Amino acid sequence: MADPMKIRARLKGDTADIRVLMSHPMETGQRKDAAGKLVPAHYIQNISITLAGKTVVEGQLNTAVSRNPVFGFKVKGAKAGDKVVIHWVDTNGDQRTDETTVTAG
Amino acid sequence: MNNTRRTLLKAGTNGAVLASLFAAGILRPVRVLAADPRRAAFEATGLADALRGLSAGTPAESADLVLKAPDIAENGAVVPVEVISNIPGTTSLSILVDNNPLPLALHVEFSGGGVTETVARLKMAKTSAVRAVAQAGGKFYVARHEIKVTIGGCGG
Repeated sequence: MADPMKIRARLKGDTADIRVLMSHPMETGQRKDAAGKLVPAHYIQNISITLAGKTVVEGQLNTAVSRNPVFGFKVKGAKAGDKVVIHWVDTNGDQRTDETTVTAG
Repeated sequence: MNNTRRTLLKAGTNGAVLASLFAAGILRPVRVLAADPRRAAFEATGLADALRGLSAGTPAESADLVLKAPDIAENGAVVPVEVISNIPGTTSLSILVDNNPLPLALHVEFSGGGVTETVARLKMAKTSAVRAVAQAGGKFYVARHEIKVTIGGCGG
């Protein structure tokens, strides 16, 4: 199981500024290891974010997203105390879900 | 009787069981992807094909779509980009790197329509233009930014 995500969600006015750091190697399948063998592709393929029970972001990633991906989204219509749940699934079928609550900024 | 299917049906929506099935390799996430209409866009090795896969056609330039990125990226493995969409009712956003082996980096759908700003970090193989393609009200808009890369971040 992958390391927990680091999530921060701050409220500015009615907009939640959600930032997340996911721990993942995000192998592209194009890199070679020390022995000159190709490292197989292994990357996060799907992400989703729900705010107060409503899905606000559903994303698909490709190999061009950096290692340990960082994402930020500003979502309108949020209030303090709203629950933020973030979920990802990678190409090996590993997945992880973490959550936090929106804090007044 | 197909046993795998039975197990899965019994499991219902139990995520943990599904996860263990994924882990056991019985269910490959690749199969889920096979039913994905955007698969062609993600596997496209050229910019034109990727845009076609998104059915974006020729998107219009818009001043309301802003792509903030550095002019020079010393390390192509981590290039921060920020996309601000002031177009009302933006429903999806794709980020493409023209000269990457697979140009389409990510595609996000905003179901609530309330997302105004997206931040991500990309890998870039070499100096290239980066484009943000946003969809709003059935129309596509684009913003681009040229980024010079000193050390590429794809092959290593």
